[in-house]
Amino acid sequence: MENSLDPAPPLLEVRGISKSFGAVRALQEVDFTLRAGEIHALLGENGAGKSTLIKVVTGVFPRDAGVVRLGGEEVAPRSAKAALQAGIATVYQEVNLLPNLSVAQNLFLDRQPMRFGIVREGEMRRRANALLTEFGLDIDVAAPLGNYSVAIQHVTAIARAVDLSARVLILDEPTASLDRHEVEILFGIMRQLARRGIGIVFVSHFLDQVYEISDRITVLRNGRLVGERETASLPRLELIRMMLGRELAETTSARAAASEPKAREICASFENYGKAGYVAPFNLELRHGEVVGLAGLLGSGRTETARLVFGAERADGGQARVEGTSVRLQSPRDGVRHGFGYCPEERKTDGIVAELTVRENIVLALQAKRGLHRPLSRREQDELAARYVKMLDIRPPDPERPVGLLSGGNQQKVLLARWLATAPRLLVLDEPTRGIDVGAHAEIIRLIRELCDDGLALLVISSELDEIVTYSDRVIVLRDRAHVEELAGEAIDVTNILAAIAADGAAMQEARA
Amino acid sequence: MTALLPRRGLAQILALIVILAVDRVVSPQFFDLRLQDGRLFGSLIDVLNRGTPVALLSLGMVLVIATRGIDLSVGAVMAICGAIAASLADSHGLPVVLAAALGAGLVCGLWNGFLVAVLGMQPIVATLILMVAGRGIAQLITEGRIVTFTSPDLVWLGNGAILGVPVPVAIALGMLILTGAVVRGSALGLLIEATGGNARASELAGVGTRAMILAVYVWCGVCAALAGVIAAADIMGADANNAGLWLELDAILAVVIGGTSLFGGRFSLILAVLGALIIQTMNTGILLSGYPPEFNLLVKAVVVLAVLLLQSPKLSGFAGIMARLRRTKP
Repeated sequence: MENSLDPAPPLLEVRGISKSFGAVRALQEVDFTLRAGEIHALLGENGAGKSTLIKVVTGVFPRDAGVVRLGGEEVAPRSAKAALQAGIATVYQEVNLLPNLSVAQNLFLDRQPMRFGIVREGEMRRRANALLTEFGLDIDVAAPLGNYSVAIQHVTAIARAVDLSARVLILDEPTASLDRHEVEILFGIMRQLARRGIGIVFVSHFLDQVYEISDRITVLRNGRLVGERETASLPRLELIRMMLGRELAETTSARAAASEPKAREICASFENYGKAGYVAPFNLELRHGEVVGLAGLLGSGRTETARLVFGAERADGGQARVEGTSVRLQSPRDGVRHGFGYCPEERKTDGIVAELTVRENIVLALQAKRGLHRPLSRREQDELAARYVKMLDIRPPDPERPVGLLSGGNQQKVLLARWLATAPRLLVLDEPTRGIDVGAHAEIIRLIRELCDDGLALLVISSELDEIVTYSDRVIVLRDRAHVEELAGEAIDVTNILAAIAADGAAMQEARA
Repeated sequence: MTALLPRRGLAQILALIVILAVDRVVSPQFFDLRLQDGRLFGSLIDVLNRGTPVALLSLGMVLVIATRGIDLSVGAVMAICGAIAASLADSHGLPVVLAAALGAGLVCGLWNGFLVAVLGMQPIVATLILMVAGRGIAQLITEGRIVTFTSPDLVWLGNGAILGVPVPVAIALGMLILTGAVVRGSALGLLIEATGGNARASELAGVGTRAMILAVYVWCGVCAALAGVIAAADIMGADANNAGLWLELDAILAVVIGGTSLFGGRFSLILAVLGALIIQTMNTGILLSGYPPEFNLLVKAVVVLAVLLLQSPKLSGFAGIMARLRRTKP
């Protein structure tokens, strides 16, 4: 606030940016302000709009509305290269450099020192050495970049960006694959750059790191700006609430209140089930007619749990039982055979087969389950497709339309139909409402509850806490790839879930080190 | 769907008609047919007969390509299986010869499928191995010579006729029907298209994607073996150096002309075979026209370009071209 008297404009000013992909509004009138010399964390769950915002600002995506001002002057880069020339550099988690070229060549790619049309290798190496020494790096710059650790590749990418006279440096999940020591090195460099007056945008889902390095925090949620705060005066619980909770609607579980806990039959159970380096061993009981919600931050082990339960990933220890009988879940085929279904989070890459029709996508899992020699006749396929198109209100109601042409919400319904057609006993839904327009959103939630009332067991992952609270009979909270808390009945509310997620970060830090 | 089918094949059928018409111009007797010794003769029959090896190859290739793969080794597999058939022909009966040759093709297909499906190698590299090694294996079988044979059974396979139809053509037709029945009569077709369209999603839906991929390479090997036996029977000998040389490229071309994308997914057996016939119709036409065969390659390239332009999504087929032409007119 003390800067409000400062006459100089902020380094980077983003005002009223909107961006839609088809019917999905990825960004709605988002503002973002970056000052010179600050490290500014940009936070939000998957699908909050962080990546979209970065890509719109750097010109990778064209924007629908809004302005971007750099040092007070309006800029509208048309490509990442144009953004770089304007002074906005981005270093992505997957370093966009060429591992087969030397470190020096990477640093001076496209601007090699030349004499008479010939690259001056010696001069280039000397300058590369000088540049990296500034970053406290003393390495052989003639060696291929790919020989070095991810951390050094990151520093190289940052050095290149800064040397290209970047004034704004955007680091997208730079620490995801670094160990503690490497993170320290990177943070040292970030602080040094900030002292030079460079504005740094830091995207990360490691909250400890955010608290350690950042001066201010901007939180996005569902494509909207939730708020901008000083890191020092923002308690962790409040931050998580900003990232997950809507407007703190203290909803309690509608289901828990409605029906007194009945002794339901166990559908599937997992004992000491886990995989080293993936998700810590957990115990989980899934009952018929019950929705179990998985809550936690991005990277907490929710999707990992879902994949283990379905069989998409093999456990390295523990015992799985279906209706009391012990089973082995080695592959999705095993899961399907035991009556499980799984709607993955990444619909486009892991869910739909875009060029096949709605009908073919719906019958796919059932056909795979029946086997090659028992093909569904065209009439059976048409009947199934027609039934589910009607039941789930899939639009447009044309079973012969390639599914890739449908909206996200309708694609999600097709995936639900695919599994319902197999008459499953357990359905695992990973972020079933992600990237879906508001109308379809409510419908999917209604469907989840109806399916549950029909006796299906459901395991649902969602970043929308009030959503999870609405439909779950039990909520399991995950943190740092382990199940840490189980809430049931009256105890299910947003506050309790937030408290469980936010519980002291010290334990997390130890676990990572 | 039924209304869609003719439209899907429209570009190919039009291309074939145009090429046939051109052939008729350069060779007025092109459509003449005559029956001699219980076998039909004529340029059209010639097209079908000569087109058989590529048509057979394209039947296997189209399934492989539908899974987003490719099989460069089919020409070499033809050479191996032709060599085996020729070496055994005069000492064993036809059933043994066929079983040995087709068995070898099956093993070749298993090898390719193992590399791609189990070891996860890129199909183009994995099948390149057998493409290179296969000719060596074939030469080892023939001991570097051209092995000739006189076994009337095997010769009949290449030169005989059933009800006037040359045996190779009958075999190709039979294979088309058999493949179609297996692929579309079972769930194989759908599961292959799903695997090629999105392997990750199909795997998560419980589709045995590895088994699908293995199966299509095996079938491709068997088709190649049959093509190899017919090619050997046709010339009554096996030439390890030249049998099936470059035919893998013609087979890929046939599949692409038939509208199956190299990115996998939707495929059509009939259109792939039609693609093979388009290629052969051009070859035969150029031979008949008396132009030097060098022209063949150029003309082939032009026709391929034309067919692909017609299918290009950017031009969205005919409508797109017509709309563009109209728009560019002042």
